[in-house]
Amino acid sequence: MNLITLIMPFGIFVALLAVVGLFCLIVTRDMLRILLALEIVTKAVTLLLVVGGAVSGQMALAQTLVITLIVIEVVVIVVGAGIVIAVFKHTGTLDVRRLRNLKG
Amino acid sequence: MDPNLKTELLANVILMAAMLLGGLATVMLRQLVKAAIALAFTSVVLCILMFKLAAPWAAVFELSVCAGLITVVFISAISLVKPATEEERAAHMRFKVRRYFLLPLVLLTVGCGLSYMTVRPLPVVAGAELITDMRILLWGPRALDLLGQILVLLAGVWGVVVLFKEEK
Repeated sequence: MNLITLIMPFGIFVALLAVVGLFCLIVTRDMLRILLALEIVTKAVTLLLVVGGAVSGQMALAQTLVITLIVIEVVVIVVGAGIVIAVFKHTGTLDVRRLRNLKG
Repeated sequence: MDPNLKTELLANVILMAAMLLGGLATVMLRQLVKAAIALAFTSVVLCILMFKLAAPWAAVFELSVCAGLITVVFISAISLVKPATEEERAAHMRFKVRRYFLLPLVLLTVGCGLSYMTVRPLPVVAGAELITDMRILLWGPRALDLLGQILVLLAGVWGVVVLFKEEK
């Protein structure tokens, strides 16, 4: 597959997917939805790494990076979900606007 | 354009559109369980794209870990928090239109802007070592990544243990 055929559509869709995740990160107030938006952005980065590997011909390197990214992603989500549950038990809400205990 | 190339491009575009729709459903759906399932759908489509781009190992990891494990983690977390009341749902629907009305405009602007960009070939690093077998690369030159992954996993386990520690 030639360069233009691969890069242009994938590049545009990766950017759009990242925009969807970032937009949700900006506007949402639900802590679990923030984690979901973070996942969407990570999916865009994962696809970009694979496309980069396909274009540069270094797919083995791209796959090792993707596997490392997936491991980090899982740990971030699990710890994030744990924090959300702990905060919910403490405050009884998932709304980030109600988390004002550390506000100066 | 070669007909085979055209068909492959069309298949890729359909898959990417499905992935984008999955992403939109994840952020737009009101019920968190449905949003988590939409995220799993996005992961499955990403996995198919990875297979098509000749990245089978990464695709297997994506399918088992991201579409499987992370969905289970999300649904478990959702089941541990209280469902939204009718008032909160009504307020959510009221504010959703106001909050997300800019998203289609932003997507259209970014998409149009990027489609006018020109693509230049990536520079090739002279003398760069090219290893095509992922297993050799991961257990050889990138072995330090594995150490990092183990440390990250241990940090994650430690974080979960601390978060769920019962008070004595």
